[in-house]
Amino acid sequence: MAEPGFDLQPSPISSEGAMLRLFGDWTISGLSCVEKRLADLLRDDVKIDTVLAEDVRRLDTAGAFLIDRALRKFGLELEIVSGSDRVSALLYQARHLVQTESMRPLGRPSGSRAVKFLERIGRWAVHLGDEFKETLSFLGETLLSVLYILLQPWKMRWTALVSVMEDSGLDAVPIVAFLSFFVGMVVAFIGASTLAEFGATIFVVELVGIAVLREFGVVLAAIILVGRTNSAFTAQIGAMKMRQEIDAMTTLGLDPMDVIVAPRVLSMVLMTPVLAFVGVLAGLGGGVLVGWLALDINPTVFFGRMQDFVPLSHFWVGMSKAPFFGLVIALIGCRQGLQVGGSVQSLGQHTTKSVVQAIFAIIVIDALFAILYMELDI
Amino acid sequence: MSAAFAIEVRGLKTAYGHHVVHQALDLDVYEGEIMGVIGPSGCGKSVLLRAIVGLKPPDQGTIRVFGRDVTHLANSETGTVQELWGIMFQDGALFSNLTVQENVMVPMREHTTLSPGLMRDLADQKIRMAGLETWAGQKYPSDLSGGMRKRAALARALALDPPLLFLDEPTAGLDPITASGFDTLIRELQETLGLTVFLVTHDVDTLRGTCDRIAVLGDRRVIAVDTMAGLRQHPDPWIQAYFGGPRGRAAMTGLE
Repeated sequence: MAEPGFDLQPSPISSEGAMLRLFGDWTISGLSCVEKRLADLLRDDVKIDTVLAEDVRRLDTAGAFLIDRALRKFGLELEIVSGSDRVSALLYQARHLVQTESMRPLGRPSGSRAVKFLERIGRWAVHLGDEFKETLSFLGETLLSVLYILLQPWKMRWTALVSVMEDSGLDAVPIVAFLSFFVGMVVAFIGASTLAEFGATIFVVELVGIAVLREFGVVLAAIILVGRTNSAFTAQIGAMKMRQEIDAMTTLGLDPMDVIVAPRVLSMVLMTPVLAFVGVLAGLGGGVLVGWLALDINPTVFFGRMQDFVPLSHFWVGMSKAPFFGLVIALIGCRQGLQVGGSVQSLGQHTTKSVVQAIFAIIVIDALFAILYMELDI
Repeated sequence: MSAAFAIEVRGLKTAYGHHVVHQALDLDVYEGEIMGVIGPSGCGKSVLLRAIVGLKPPDQGTIRVFGRDVTHLANSETGTVQELWGIMFQDGALFSNLTVQENVMVPMREHTTLSPGLMRDLADQKIRMAGLETWAGQKYPSDLSGGMRKRAALARALALDPPLLFLDEPTAGLDPITASGFDTLIRELQETLGLTVFLVTHDVDTLRGTCDRIAVLGDRRVIAVDTMAGLRQHPDPWIQAYFGGPRGRAAMTGLE
């Protein structure tokens, strides 16, 4: 393997011209060292009128491209090259490929940076509005198909429904219980250390009770479902979309809304309250354990005080949010899945979007409920 | 030198679990020829290709590519061997998050130290060699039609000017006109660049139009290696059915 190289020699046909002599292996792996030297040669003021390529041992299309590019920049024709048949064939091929190139403008965006920045903000804002509108229209479409199915229960895909309920409901019970339990413990601990300063440790019961019943149980369950189920919905449906399974379904007369979206939405609406209930129980369990072991509040005292001072309405406020969270999670997961295009990258983008939108929606809906119940004095 | 082997397979055995795909398989591919590989579905044509390029380690036997044993390579050596060949997978296997031009540049980035500008120019050259327009280089694979994706995959396979080219069903799923254009393209590239081509196919027209010799796989080994005319005289019932069937006869009418 010899490195490619070249030098200049006096021209055999004219007195002031020069001859470019090429030698070595002009193959892609060695080109990096001659590329710059060829470019330097262009800057020097030499008049090349002959090219001797007989000493080129090996040449590939990349080498031919580089030689041809240099000759083109000098404004030289390939007739002045003397070399083997194979060398000139490759050089002519390289020249031919460039000459037949149809230059089509690539449509680069123009404008200054500030304009581009404003343009991006504008696009983003319009995109945000469109997303919101389309999610709402998807909500309408989904509710309609769920309604139809509820009116004609024999059309329901029971197997799919039960399978999704198991995958995203039953299988999530351990993780929801586990995390809620620890959050309950943390709330009790932190509350106790602050309340102890006022000698009011016993108020931990109200703190844990209200916080877990009203907010933590259901919101934690919902956020775990976003990470676990919503992303899985998007990935599953997106992969089906990429492999044209959705198209196949449509041509077979199956409506993807009925077959894919409706069972998922229904099972999430049913299972989120169950998981929220599990979360509430586990969260209270964590609070009770901390109260019992660290704060000397006997479980009997804990529950007695809860019955007296934490009204049941807190529980119902918490549980009333759960079906809405379930609906939103399934809805956004399915919608983003159906939006996936042909590429792997689009699958990743939509899964990210799906999780972000779902968490955002849950926090916003939670806030809206808080305002609603505050106005209603519940 | 002219009769040197590009690929030399000796006593190859490949198996998935208890399912033996190849047993004592021998195959020689000469330098500078186009070797077509045919056989019934599931006979292990693609597995043979995967074994040669190192994607499926063989259970027994040796494979030599340009005289180098590629079956027992240390990790540090695999890179140098991979410069010897370019592979075009069945459905392109282009990286979907990169444009076509960037796809063609991937092997160059990995194996050479060229400047980015030259790499882009060379990628454009390869894209044009594969019969695409330069602007197609700015597109993502998902924006291209099936035939264009195959050409883009061919451009990536040619990126390093490898002396050996593996094509896995290059014309499958293409319309006859595009397919015959592709056949011509492969033939032309082989002639100008002096390539050795290893071509797995089902397409009788491709065999007739491009291949110098054809290897028939079946019964876990190579049943026959010959030119197309020679294979037609072969007594094996599968080969007879293959070339004697309506598609085979239609393709042969041009030969006679």
